[in-house]
Amino acid sequence: MLTTRVIPCLDVRDGRVVKGVNFSNLRDSGDPASLAAFYETEGADELVMLDVSATAESRRAAIATVAAIRAVLSIPLTVGGGVRSLDDAARLLAAGADKVAVNTAAVDDPTLIDRLADRFGSQCTVVAIDALSIFTGPSPTFRVRTRSASQDAALDACLWAAETARRGAGEILLTSINRDGTQVGYDLTLIRTIRAAASIPIIASGGAGSPADLAKAALAGADAVLAASIFHDGRYSIAAVKQAMASSGIPVRTIEIPTSPC
Amino acid sequence: MSPTVHILASPTANLASVAAAVHRCGGEPMLTDSPRQVETSTRLIFPGVGSFATAMSWLNSSGLAVPLLDRLRSGAPTLAICLGMQVLFDSSEESPGVRGLSVINGRVTRFEPSLACRIPQLGWNRVAAQPGFSAASPQTGFAYFANSYCANSVAANDWACATSDHGGPFIASVQHRRNPGILACQFHPELSGPGPWGLGLLRNWMATTPALQTLQEPRRPC
Repeated sequence: MLTTRVIPCLDVRDGRVVKGVNFSNLRDSGDPASLAAFYETEGADELVMLDVSATAESRRAAIATVAAIRAVLSIPLTVGGGVRSLDDAARLLAAGADKVAVNTAAVDDPTLIDRLADRFGSQCTVVAIDALSIFTGPSPTFRVRTRSASQDAALDACLWAAETARRGAGEILLTSINRDGTQVGYDLTLIRTIRAAASIPIIASGGAGSPADLAKAALAGADAVLAASIFHDGRYSIAAVKQAMASSGIPVRTIEIPTSPC
Repeated sequence: MSPTVHILASPTANLASVAAAVHRCGGEPMLTDSPRQVETSTRLIFPGVGSFATAMSWLNSSGLAVPLLDRLRSGAPTLAICLGMQVLFDSSEESPGVRGLSVINGRVTRFEPSLACRIPQLGWNRVAAQPGFSAASPQTGFAYFANSYCANSVAANDWACATSDHGGPFIASVQHRRNPGILACQFHPELSGPGPWGLGLLRNWMATTPALQTLQEPRRPC
């Protein structure tokens, strides 16, 4: 049985890990390769690196960061941020990424998803969706925003999620803009809504504040749960999170212990 | 001296991750797309992502299919990963009408979608070695998968296997009974961590030597 993945996220700018609160107020949290190696040892199932650079020069530096992480990492690495073309994706994969996440560029030109899936396979093609929850009636609607959540894409998140799956995306990295950096828990309604709209795996992101929050996101339908601050701050270990998930009945990968052969 | 491990440079494979893992296991990774090296290299990894048809078309058009078959027939240590494993079979539901290498008899099929079985399978699944499979120890553990298609059976007299479950049992890995250096994994050992089914498996495979007995004559593609 497939286990639910726990994924620390490294937001990287100028070769350093930073973490934003509501996509601003960036604060330095360390060296990407050291953190990556640490999380692997702790039991992380995968890593996501988001390049939050603003300049072309800094983007080139991100390639070196990917290579530095790859050199010490033997679990999967997804890289996103500023990926606009097949060539951008190819450069990241050549540097050591296993999956590439596209966001704004896919909204601008949805055929990018088809082309990435055709060339590199669905298992390599992640679409990141930044969703804003809007209350206009009894239940919220979810709108897609692009360009680091600064711009309304005039797109319903459910329709977009379904379209990305249809076009060959292998996975959705779903971030709640309202919850990102707040540490008050994931937006479970968002997770349930997108879960119902698309059958491909979903990585839930935005709002993790405690191990129980990650367990709730998994129970709401997330196949993987992503968090940054709660891990970077050293408040909770990956093991503590997995223990909370396991006690909620969620299958997780535990550190290997010898067992008798079946 | 670090043993050289050639990695078949399939255009869409995650070569950097494979090379990094070889390096971490004490090997010297060398990318190659030379038919001669494919046939004669001491150790070859055949990674692959993408579609069954793309991979076969690349192998055939690059003149690599025949040397790869010759190499497998000679029993030289060869590790096929993910799509690299799938093209060892006769055919795949992914690419109807495309012939595989037929080193292993059988057909690769798509997972049956269900609530318990997301497609693609992305993540860590438990793998269990069946009798005769010696590529990893302890005999059960977690490995990282990224696939929508899989094989469900192999000829048990030639191949020992490890199995996993995603909406039903499937073949996670096969190892030739007489040539344990011929190993194929549906999962990604290079992404399965430092444990027994990750770098441990890779290290074990790098330590295997060509066996004396060779494979049965495989069918050559037309």
